[in-house]
Amino acid sequence: MPAYRPPVIAASEITPRSVYLRRREFMGLMAGAGLALGAGRARAAAPATMPLKTVPSRYKVDEPLTSREDVTTYNNFYEFGADKADPSQNSGKFKPRPWTITVDGLVGKPQTFDVDKLIADIPIEERIYRMRCVEAWSMVIPWNGFPLKALLDKVEPLGSAKYVAFETVVRPEEMPGQSGYFQPMPWPYVEGLRLDEAMHPLTILAVGLYGETLPNQNGAPIRLVVPWKYGFKGIKSIVRVSLVETQPPNSWNSLQGSEYGFYANVNPEVDHPRWSQATERRIGESGFFGSGRRPTLMFNGYADEVASLYAGMDLRANY
Amino acid sequence: MAAARSALVDGLTGWGIYVVGFVPAVASFWLGATGGLGADPVRAFEQTLGLWALRFLILTLAITPLRQLAGINLLRFRRALGLLAFWYAAMHFTVYLTLDRGLLWDTILPDIARRPFITLGFSAFVLLIPLAVTSNRLSIRRLGKNWRRLHWLIYVAVALAAVHYLLATKVVDPGQAAHVGLIVLLLGYRLMRPLLPRRRPA
Repeated sequence: MPAYRPPVIAASEITPRSVYLRRREFMGLMAGAGLALGAGRARAAAPATMPLKTVPSRYKVDEPLTSREDVTTYNNFYEFGADKADPSQNSGKFKPRPWTITVDGLVGKPQTFDVDKLIADIPIEERIYRMRCVEAWSMVIPWNGFPLKALLDKVEPLGSAKYVAFETVVRPEEMPGQSGYFQPMPWPYVEGLRLDEAMHPLTILAVGLYGETLPNQNGAPIRLVVPWKYGFKGIKSIVRVSLVETQPPNSWNSLQGSEYGFYANVNPEVDHPRWSQATERRIGESGFFGSGRRPTLMFNGYADEVASLYAGMDLRANY
Repeated sequence: MAAARSALVDGLTGWGIYVVGFVPAVASFWLGATGGLGADPVRAFEQTLGLWALRFLILTLAITPLRQLAGINLLRFRRALGLLAFWYAAMHFTVYLTLDRGLLWDTILPDIARRPFITLGFSAFVLLIPLAVTSNRLSIRRLGKNWRRLHWLIYVAVALAAVHYLLATKVVDPGQAAHVGLIVLLLGYRLMRPLLPRRRPA
């Protein structure tokens, strides 16, 4: 008798290649199911992200990337709580798919788009941008996304459109910061850009980072990234984009107008009333010992590309 | 004999308070140095020290109402709690100067002078210095009545610290509300006390 008999595998038990190749999707589904079963706060269980097909772009900064760990655990996303760790810990119940985004207002062809169809239609570029928070810290993040212009062109903005207004989803049952006492601001979170800022090639809608779809805490499934402005302009989990004639409200400005402006361009010479904006701390750069402070650059280092947008404007008055 | 033993127990618990009191600072420093404080360890460490300074101020202020309202006498621990508040404030300020601002004086000094958020915190710390320096028997004897008057500065310091704490974030969170609420109660008690009926017989 042979000591070992190789098991006979029936052909029916062999996983077809097409299914095998979708294993991540399956794992994602299972992770989702696990989250649904796991009661309450889904701590540590990272919600599923999927790989994205991306093309390189010329927009990148030659500075070390902030680790994916830091980018996905140190977030301001008040819909999931005010602490930096809250979004990664409290966003497990959020369902970013399926998702649609409505583009309307002063446009020739108002439309509602499925986000995954957009991702299939428009080439997804890798854009390595600096991210400067108004709280004087910064990161370098490899975003995956497409120019906002690509979306706006599809709806054909009318000549009367001067601004673009954005709106985040409201789902108190999935976003713990939107329910209960101590809600820091009225929902939905809203933001806005001037049309020329919105059409600028640096302005993107990000659908991923580090080559995978956005984690919930980073604004899944689709968010705005405007690298020369403070991070709060980067509205997350967008459900609506409207082209309008007059300057739309933006949440932080409505809440505290003396501290947060509409433009919110990164500017080391115009200080926040409570802290200086002259320097910033690059997250993860120097660890615990050594301050890691670096000077903040005008327009976050994108002055060559964007300064002309504001020619003749008083940047102190229009902060 | 009983008195001697009680003095020994008090002495040990007095030192015990310092030992326990420094645990949050040591633990947070250890976590920071070993990569356990998340993406921005300096900020986390700095905020932990500031928060515990405020907590020890709150505990210091709680001693009198506890005695007067609940009859619990913890007076013998008050000096240790007050000094812990001072040491935490000193560590908080030191971390701000070094790990956070990297001793860049040309940006630190204007911030202290001009930004109310920083000015308030700095003032609270400065007010605690004379209190810490005079927290000993010799000073109490030398200063007599003035010692009590000097130490009323803690009310000013804690009020400044509370506003500093509220200004530290973009919006007020529940933790801030709870701490500041306690401070309002404890300061309010001092204001209302002359109006309350005296509990203790003369």
